[in-house]
Amino acid sequence: MRAFWYPVMASALLFGCATEDQKPAATAPVEAAKPASKPQAVESKPVTQVQAAPRSGIGAFAALKDPNNILSKRSVYFDFDKFDVKDEFKPLVEAHAKFLRDNATAKMLVQGNGDERGSREYNVGLGQRRSDAVKKMLMLLGARENQIESVSLGEEKPTCNEHTEACWAKNRRDDMLYGGEY
Amino acid sequence: MTRLLAVLAFWACAAHAQLAIEITGAGAQRIPVALVPFAGENALPPGISTIVRADLERSGLFRGLELPPIVPEPTEATNINYAEWRSRLADALLVGSVQPRQDGRFEVRFRLYDVVKQVPLGGVAYTLGKDQVRATAHRISDFVYEKLTGEKGVFSTRIAYVVKRGNRYELQISDYDGAGAETALASFEPIISPVWSPDGKRLAYVSFENKKPVVYVHSLLDGKRRVIANFKGSNSAPAWTPDAAKLAVVLSREGGSQLFMINSDGSGVRRLASSTAIDTEPRFSPDGQWIYFTSDRGGTPQIYRMPASGGEPQRITFEGSYNVSPRISPDGKTIAYITRNAGGKFQVALLDLSNRQVQILTDSDRDESPSFAPNGRMILLATVINERGVLSAVSADGRVKQRLSTAAGDVREPAWGPFIE
Repeated sequence: MRAFWYPVMASALLFGCATEDQKPAATAPVEAAKPASKPQAVESKPVTQVQAAPRSGIGAFAALKDPNNILSKRSVYFDFDKFDVKDEFKPLVEAHAKFLRDNATAKMLVQGNGDERGSREYNVGLGQRRSDAVKKMLMLLGARENQIESVSLGEEKPTCNEHTEACWAKNRRDDMLYGGEY
Repeated sequence: MTRLLAVLAFWACAAHAQLAIEITGAGAQRIPVALVPFAGENALPPGISTIVRADLERSGLFRGLELPPIVPEPTEATNINYAEWRSRLADALLVGSVQPRQDGRFEVRFRLYDVVKQVPLGGVAYTLGKDQVRATAHRISDFVYEKLTGEKGVFSTRIAYVVKRGNRYELQISDYDGAGAETALASFEPIISPVWSPDGKRLAYVSFENKKPVVYVHSLLDGKRRVIANFKGSNSAPAWTPDAAKLAVVLSREGGSQLFMINSDGSGVRRLASSTAIDTEPRFSPDGQWIYFTSDRGGTPQIYRMPASGGEPQRITFEGSYNVSPRISPDGKTIAYITRNAGGKFQVALLDLSNRQVQILTDSDRDESPSFAPNGRMILLATVINERGVLSAVSADGRVKQRLSTAAGDVREPAWGPFIE
């Protein structure tokens, strides 16, 4: 068993060292002058770092935050390998459909999620199937198509991180978010 | 003083973040090579011959011989006594020298010999700055590898991967061995599915920074990135066409997860196929004729292929109930993919397209995202060891195994870059 450790290039920016609000900073390209004579010049290929910025939201509706209002509940859970909205979550989806119907300016993002097992991209597909299911039900109950965007976070944003069925069940989930909440 | 402290802090961080390679299996027949320390190489630490030795041994195809100090130091200009090197059990011999130049740069010269056939196999001279020692040594390793195996070496190639540490995600680029890691993108939302453009200058990937999957193309040299697919719904699973003009992507804008083609500037989106299933993870065959992809149209996720121009998909995998993430070898003859076995283990499988034989290459149990080296010899993959995400590599014959890991954070989503001229 052998382990090799190497020094890193001085232009590298590594996690833990970079600050959270980094601006894109050009790293100086490594000098690679062309020699006049025969020998070939060795060039390095620098990488410029970019910081991704999340989009900001706008204000939300008060009823959505009231813990005594069913509208404050946002998650719909699914069985393994299932994509239909279970009976126990139908009143919740109906309440949000009514809210969307009554508030034409309200917009909703439905984020579908899957458990961690298997391919990340296939899990994006499974999460999409779940968010499409809730979107379809909201629309059948009177919400407008242009109010709802259904997307998938795949296995990337688990709320539970253990490798157990109980935990995976919590991650097979749709979250309904209103404009301003994400 | 502040500046000095900042530099020191940076180095302290850099040391623990570095990917390190551990060889966990090697080929049965390894070519013994005498790698003589290059005369004057102490001026360029850690030494050209040291890096070349590590490269060649890591490939699993070579064994660097232990050599006593040789006086006088042989160089590329020395007359070679083949019988003497044969008596040291060397099949091949590499000698060279490092000379400082007037302009502050260095000149490295080397020569390779076939000791068995008693013929010189050639040599090259390079000029380099002090910060190009590794790049130069990798080029020499490529030369040795190609002369002795007949295949191109991948020691000068780079890899991309994602490091997750806490809630921070970084898309990093490093040399093939994990050295020289640089961060191309840092984000507080996930980054998945990086794929190299055929020229190695850009990466396409999926970023969740807008709370949904969006496909970007990112130019590594200047850090400029362009959204190429941000339609309503999810945008994911990019794959370049071999000519780099277009990408296949998976969009949910018309419902479900479906295959589309889009120009590399984000224009000209058009639907490629239509199903009621999840169709995802497209990859083009090297000749551009076929698209391989994952689909659950038959009830379980399996690998299919269809003509790149469109047409009826054919199922490719039949064993097992979960076969995903197809990657076509550079010669187009085999497909690496992830299969779930009866015990629930996710492992890398290799399918020979000519005879449909399947071989399981790994003994780990949570493998993801296989990626061929550009010469097809090794397959890089992500797996989980002791609850930590690590990268691992396995040879296409399953014999050579290596692991790359960092001391901190989860590493995943590897993508091996193309040959760079």
